[in-house]
Amino acid sequence: MSIAEVFHKAKAEDRAVLVGCMPAGFPTVDDSIASMIAMHEAGCDVIEVELPYSDPVMDGPVIQRASDIALSRGVRTRDTLRIIDAVASAGATVVLMTYWNPIEKYGVNAFARDLAAAGATGMITPDLIPDEAAEWIAAADEHRLDRTFLVSPSSTDERLAMTVAHCRGFVYATALMGVTGARTSVSSQAPELVDRVRHTNPDMPVGVGLGVGTGAQAAEVAGFADGVIVGSALIRCVLEAPDRATGLSRLRALSAELAEGVRNPAKAR
Amino acid sequence: MSAPTLPDLSGHFGRYGGRFVPEALVRALDELDAAYRSAKTDPVFQAEFESLLVNYAGTPSLLYRAERLSERLGAEILLKREDLNHTGAHKVRNVLGQALLAKRMGKPRVIAETGAGQHGVASATAAALLDLECVVYMGEMDTERQALNVARMRMLGATVVPVTNGSRTLKDALNEALRDWVASVDTTHYLLGTAAGPHPFPEIVRDFVGGIGIEARAQCLAQLGRLPDVVAACVGGGSNAIGIFHAFVPDESVQLYGFEAGGEGVATGRHAASITGGSSGVLHGARTYVLQDSDGQTVESHSISAGLDYPGVGPEHAWLHDTGRAEYEPVTDDEAMAAFQLLCLTEGIIPAIESAHALAGAARIVPQLRAELGRTPTILVNLSGRGDKDVHTAGAYFGILDPVEAIVPGENA
Repeated sequence: MSIAEVFHKAKAEDRAVLVGCMPAGFPTVDDSIASMIAMHEAGCDVIEVELPYSDPVMDGPVIQRASDIALSRGVRTRDTLRIIDAVASAGATVVLMTYWNPIEKYGVNAFARDLAAAGATGMITPDLIPDEAAEWIAAADEHRLDRTFLVSPSSTDERLAMTVAHCRGFVYATALMGVTGARTSVSSQAPELVDRVRHTNPDMPVGVGLGVGTGAQAAEVAGFADGVIVGSALIRCVLEAPDRATGLSRLRALSAELAEGVRNPAKAR
Repeated sequence: MSAPTLPDLSGHFGRYGGRFVPEALVRALDELDAAYRSAKTDPVFQAEFESLLVNYAGTPSLLYRAERLSERLGAEILLKREDLNHTGAHKVRNVLGQALLAKRMGKPRVIAETGAGQHGVASATAAALLDLECVVYMGEMDTERQALNVARMRMLGATVVPVTNGSRTLKDALNEALRDWVASVDTTHYLLGTAAGPHPFPEIVRDFVGGIGIEARAQCLAQLGRLPDVVAACVGGGSNAIGIFHAFVPDESVQLYGFEAGGEGVATGRHAASITGGSSGVLHGARTYVLQDSDGQTVESHSISAGLDYPGVGPEHAWLHDTGRAEYEPVTDDEAMAAFQLLCLTEGIIPAIESAHALAGAARIVPQLRAELGRTPTILVNLSGRGDKDVHTAGAYFGILDPVEAIVPGENA
C-alpha cells in the first residue's frame, strides 16, 4: 500500500496512522526483520526502518545505542535494503529514515533505484533540508519514491511552506525542540505546528514524532495529527528485554497499545 | 579564483559547505547569519572586537624570523607567533568574536565542543570575560586524558559534560553539542571551535581568525619588503590554516601548504588526514572531505595531536584543494615530533604538537622549493599554539618523564 493510501484508509476509518520505527540490523539483521514484522502484525500501519549511522545528531540515547549495536555487528547499507525487502514482502508499508551521508556515498540515484526495488515507498531525511536536496528530489521523481522532510516549531512560515511543497506522501513534524526519545508529556507546540502545516497545504498528511511512548500519548497526538510516529519506546522493548522472545512480546504489546490509541483519539483541544 | 567572495549566499564553496542539518536548526543558523552580516559592517562591533584582540588577547602576534631553525633547514623560516596569544593559541580570536556575537544576539548561554580541551578552555575564557553561561561537551576519553584542561574550564566557571556516546571523543562531543543546540536554540549560541560545520560557521570562524593572515602579510611586507614564497599551516578542522591562508589567496606567487595529521601513516589507516586520506562526504553539517568507510559511516581518526584528531575538515579547505590553490600533505606523528624537538632545541620555543605538523611539513618541502625557485625559499609557518599542554604527551614520546612523578600539574599549567 502506498503512503497516500495508508493515510486515506485511516482517514476513512476516522483514525490516525501509526508509524513504528526500528533501526535496521538491531540487534541483528534477522532479529530486526522479526521485530518489524511483529510491529506490522500488531498494528503499526507503516514501518519506518532507520539506517544505522555513526553520527546520528537528531537521535537521543535509545536510538543511538541501538544504532551502535547494529553497526558494531557489521550491518551494511545493503543489509538495510535486504531488510526492507523482507518486511515489505511480508505486506508492510515501509519507509526509510536515513541520515544523508550513507546515501551520498552509495550514489543518490542508485540508492533511490535500489530502495524502490526493495519495496520502500519513500525516504525520511532528518539532516537533509530541501535547500540541499536537488539530487534526491530528482531521483525520487525518477524512481517514484515519496519524500518526507522535517518541519520544526522553529520553522518560519516561509520555510514551512517551502518544505511542505517539497514533500510527497507525508510531512514529519518534530513535535518539540529536541532529539528523539520518549517523554512523559506530549509537547504543546505540536498541535500548533500541525495547524501551521495544514494552513500551507490542507491535503498533506502530517505525522508527529519525537516523544510518544504510550497508548494514551498516541491517542493525544492522534487527536490533532494524521500520523503518530513512535521510535524510542518501541526500540526500548527490545533493548531492555532479557531475551529475544520477551523483546518480541513486549514489542507486540506496545504496538497493539499504540494502535488502540490511534483508534481512540483524545479530543484534547 | 575569487575566494574572498566565497562562500556564496547559501554557504557553498563550489560543491562543498552548505547546510546538512535538521530543520530545527535552520532558523538559528539564519539568525546567526543575519547577526553576523550586520556585525560585520557595524563599526561599533568591529571596534569592540579589535579592542579585545589588542588589549586582552595580545594581538597582533609577533612575526619572528627563526634564525637558528632557518640555518638548520636551509630556508628562511618566519614564525607567526600565535602561541603568544592569551590562552596560548589562535583560537582566542574565534571565541572572542563569537562570544561578542552571542551577546549581540541576546543569548546568555554558549555551548562548545572540545577535543583536547583547548577550544573548551578558550570558550570558557571568553564566557567568563563576557559574563556568559558556558557548557562544554567533551568526549569521556578526552576528559580522562586531559584532566588538567577539564580543571581549567571549571576554574573559569564552565560546566564540563563528559560525552559517553560512540567513540567518546571529539566527533561525539560535537554530536552532543548539536543535540543540545537543537533543544536550546532560543537561549544558546553554539560556539563552534573550527572553520567547519554548517553555514555560516565556516565563514564566521574564518573571518574571526582571518587577522592572522592579514597581520602576517603586513608584517612580511614591513619586515622583509616582500611576500613569502610559501605559507604553511597544520590542518585538523582547519581554522588556523584558513586564518593564515585567506589573506594570501589572491597572491598568486605565494604557495599555500596545509599539513594534515598523518598519524601512523596514511597507508596504515590510522591517521586524521581527511583530504589526503579521505573522500568527499557529509559530516557535521557540511559537505567536505571525510574519513569514512565504503558505506559512508565515519571512521575514527588517529593522531598524536588531539587538536588535529578529527575525521573531517572545513569545507573551504576542500575547495582550495580541489581548485589546486592550496596543497595538502600528510605529516606523520614521528615527523611532527622530530620537528617539535627541533624547534625546542634551536629556538627555545615549545610548540603545540599541532603546530609541529606545520613545521615538519615546511622542513620537508625545502629541497623542492630550493630547486624550483633556484634560491633560498622564504616560508611563513603558522605557529598556531604553544606546547605547554603537550608536555605530558611529548615527555612520554621522548621517554624523558620521571618514572615516579610522571607529571606535576602545577608545572604543566
